[in-house]
Parts: sequence; structure tokens; C-alpha cells
Amino acid sequence: MIALGVESTADNLGVGIVTDDKEVLANIIDVHVPEEGGIHPREAARHHSEQMGEVIHKAMERAGVRSRELDIIAFAQGPGLGPCLRTGATSARALAAYLNVPLVGVNHCVAHIEVGRMATGAVDPLTLYVSGGNTIVSGYESGRYRIFGETLDIAIGNCLDTFARAAGLEYPGGPDIERKALLGKKLIPLPYTVKGMDLSYSGLLTAITEELKNQKYSVEDLCFSLQETAYAMLGEITERALAHTLKPEVLLTGGVAANKRLSHIVTEIAKEHGSNPYIVPIKLAADNGAMIAWTGLLTFKSGIRTPIDASHVNPNWRMDQVDVPWRR
Amino acid sequence: MEKIIAKGAEADLILSDWNGLKILMKIRKPKTYRHPDLDKYLRRTRTNHEAYIIHKAKEAGVPTPLLYRVDNENSIIIMEYVDGLKVRDIIDNMDMGARRELFIKIGRHAGQLHRSGIIHGDLTTSNIISAGDRVVFIDFGLSEISDEVEKRGVDLNLMNRMLTSTHYAYRDELLEAFSEGYKETMGSYADEALQRMDEVSKRGRYIEKN
Repeated sequence: MIALGVESTADNLGVGIVTDDKEVLANIIDVHVPEEGGIHPREAARHHSEQMGEVIHKAMERAGVRSRELDIIAFAQGPGLGPCLRTGATSARALAAYLNVPLVGVNHCVAHIEVGRMATGAVDPLTLYVSGGNTIVSGYESGRYRIFGETLDIAIGNCLDTFARAAGLEYPGGPDIERKALLGKKLIPLPYTVKGMDLSYSGLLTAITEELKNQKYSVEDLCFSLQETAYAMLGEITERALAHTLKPEVLLTGGVAANKRLSHIVTEIAKEHGSNPYIVPIKLAADNGAMIAWTGLLTFKSGIRTPIDASHVNPNWRMDQVDVPWRR
Repeated sequence: MEKIIAKGAEADLILSDWNGLKILMKIRKPKTYRHPDLDKYLRRTRTNHEAYIIHKAKEAGVPTPLLYRVDNENSIIIMEYVDGLKVRDIIDNMDMGARRELFIKIGRHAGQLHRSGIIHGDLTTSNIISAGDRVVFIDFGLSEISDEVEKRGVDLNLMNRMLTSTHYAYRDELLEAFSEGYKETMGSYADEALQRMDEVSKRGRYIEKN
């Protein structure tokens, strides 16, 4: 079976084509880069609708399949930015109707976990999913991916990007902050907010932005301190959830999984607790269409379809609202 | 005789013998994954603080382990070994009545803590031990002193979250029993805290707001 998946929850427009033999035939990503400021949902949606045809075309060409060979069309139904989601959903509906194949709506967060399992071979991992919009520690339990810990306010990527913008660093903020942090030495005391297995980044962001304005420390030291504090918090909630669930594996995914310091922390914690660490390669860890296509296949094979009249997007769709019967 | 009985997220628990007493050493070992300064700061403050709150909880009427010694420099607390089972591990094997009784009791103690200004900070079924008639609260490493409704709500939401994620089959029944006990000891302060728990639980990202 071959699935085409459309991902358009935020600034990445992705179209992936995947077989049920876990073969990624194509995974084209086109990133919307805002001219200034953060992601504007309408601007990003306009980018997606303008590029959609081209990206689908490129994916089909790369995969070397004809449209008649596609068995299902999957799309990210949520969570995400409304206008962006709707653009992807509209294209997916049109494609499915035109090709007369089933449509399958997929939860974006579940897709991150599933493609992570597919790519790394992890079977039953505790997953730390970190990106611009999400910061979640989850694991499978009684039919669903349960959320053990998450951010109570902003996501880690959001925190990094906002600071990077204030400091005049490149967008997205993660890579530039990581490079600068390598040159930093001094650990500036910053708010460290862990509540059980949840965490909060808003206080940290306010404090580091204040320190930036005070100009008392170098940007390198600020980046170093921001990383050390923010990632130690992620480490702690991951370790807490691991000690609680005793999962045999730990999976790190999402765009922030590209960070070497964070992957080092997660690896060390997993080993300490006798679990196997898995870091999802960045092409499949960042938002992409292949993860939607793959999860679409799993969903379809469990007998689930998304009829057109139930295919409206859900910007607030939590991963723990989704049954994952293929895990039983 | 020394035996590691648990490798928690924060600390190792070592069962040992001290002048004929069964004791537990809670050792916050350095975490090599975090910056040494941050690591030292977190371990010291949490050890010191935990010892203080364990004592304060007793005054409030909540069973906690007896403290024998606090070694602040090495982040070690030496305390009574509580011979019992984690609530997390026994729920599935209890009958409905016993489960309910247990959670009324847990709710009562949670109320006593909040009533005397203690926020547990990690109120989960892994941190409550059932030992005979006693329900002993442990691991006050993230606790704080506060009588803010907000903090009480966040604290209660940890229990709520735990019931939802780990004990989903009994979630409603146990939450109800817990609330009943909580109301007994919190009196007129209970409702606002429980209401705040609901609000906090909806504050996470992507929760349907009604």
C-alpha cells in the first residue's frame, strides 16, 4: 500500500509518500520563513496554498509513483494553526475525491511518535516531543498515548525562537543559540520551573529577555545559560516520567531533537535508567509529510477512515484524545 | 547490609541498618547531565527543604517518615524505612470499597497538607505508601510553603493527571473519593481549590474548554 500525507500544522508544508513496508519514497518540506516576527497563521497558510501544487508534484516525481497508485490520502487534522490546517485539509479532500481513494485524518502529535518508532525501531518508548509548538512527555497506556508531562505555558521552541529574535539571532532560534552556547561559560541564575512532571518556560523567557536588555552578560553566556536551564528542566521531567513508567526506551523527537546538547542529556538519562535512547533523525523529527502518511497507513489498517463530513480540522486536538488501536 | 531499593528520578533510596533500626537513606546524587552549579543548587535546596517540610507535615497530622539525620553538604536524608507498598502498585488489586476508602484517606491527608500551607509538589500515587493503617506521604522534594489557591489547584491537578494517565479505569471513582476526603479536612476552602484544579487541567495546550 502507498499513502500520501499532507502536513501543514504550522510553518512547514510537507508532503510525504510512504509504503506500508516502511519505505519513505518522498518527503518534501517547504518552510515558510516570515519576513519579520514569528509565524503569522494567515501568512503561513497563504504560503502553503501557493506552494501546495508544486510540493505535491515534487513528491510524486521523487517517489516515482503515478497518482493512480496511491491507496490513501492522509492529512494532519490537528493540532495546529487553524488557517494552515485548513489549507492542508482542503488539498487532501480534493485529492482523495479526485482519485477516489479513502481520506484519513491524522493527529500530528501521534504522527511524530509513530514515525519515530518506525524510523528508530523503538517499540514502546517514553517520548519527549519538543518543537516550536509542543513540549510533551508521553507514553502508551491503555489504548492511547497518555501525556505524563507538558508545558503549562509556552513550548521550548517558542521560548528559544522568541529569545533569538530579541537577541537578533537567526530564525529558527535553536541552531544559532546552540552555536553561541558552545562559546558561553558562565551560568547565569535563571528561573527553573518544574512542577511534578510539568514545566513552565514563561518565567525563564521573561528573565533571560531582561538579562539581555541589562547587557550585563555576553550573548554567548545568555545562550549557554538558557540552554543549560531549559534543557535541564526537560531532562528532569523526562527522568521523572521514566522513573514512573519504567518504559524500556526513550524517544526524542520534534524539531528541537536536532539539538546536540539535548540529545546528549536524554541519552544519558535513558542509560542511567537502563532504557535504550533513540533520537529521531531530523528529516523525520521535524514536521513532515512522511509521518502523516505513515500514521495514515496505521490508522487505515485499523479500519479507521475519515469521511469528508467528519474531516473538519481540530486546532486543539490533544494526542490523548486519539485511540491508537494498532498499539494493542 | 545495604540495598538500593529504588532509583528514583531525583535520588537513590538505600535501605540500611542503623543501630538495629531499618533506615532509608535518600541520596541526591549529582546528575552529570546538568551543569554542576545548577546541579549543586538543586540538590542542596531540595534536600534541606524536604527535611523541613516532612517535619511540618507531621505537625499537620499527615503521616511522613521519621527523620534521623540530614546531611546537607552531601544531600542525604536518613529516615525511617516505611514498610509498605506504593499506592500506584496496589490499586489494580483492590476491591472497589477498599479503593474508595484509601482515596478518601489520601484526600483527607492532602487537605491537611494544604490546610497547613504545604504544597506537596509531586502529589502522585507513586509518592504515597500504604502501610497497615497508615497512609504515608513521601518525597517532598518539590514541595513548597504556600496557601495560594493557584498552587493548591496545580497540586491537586497532579493527582488528577496521574489518575487520568495511569489509573484511567478507576479515574472518576477515585477522584470523587479523593475530593470527598479533601473536603472533610479543607472545609470551606475545598471548593475553590477543586474548582481551580479543573481550571488548571484545562490550561494545558489543546484541551477542549468545556
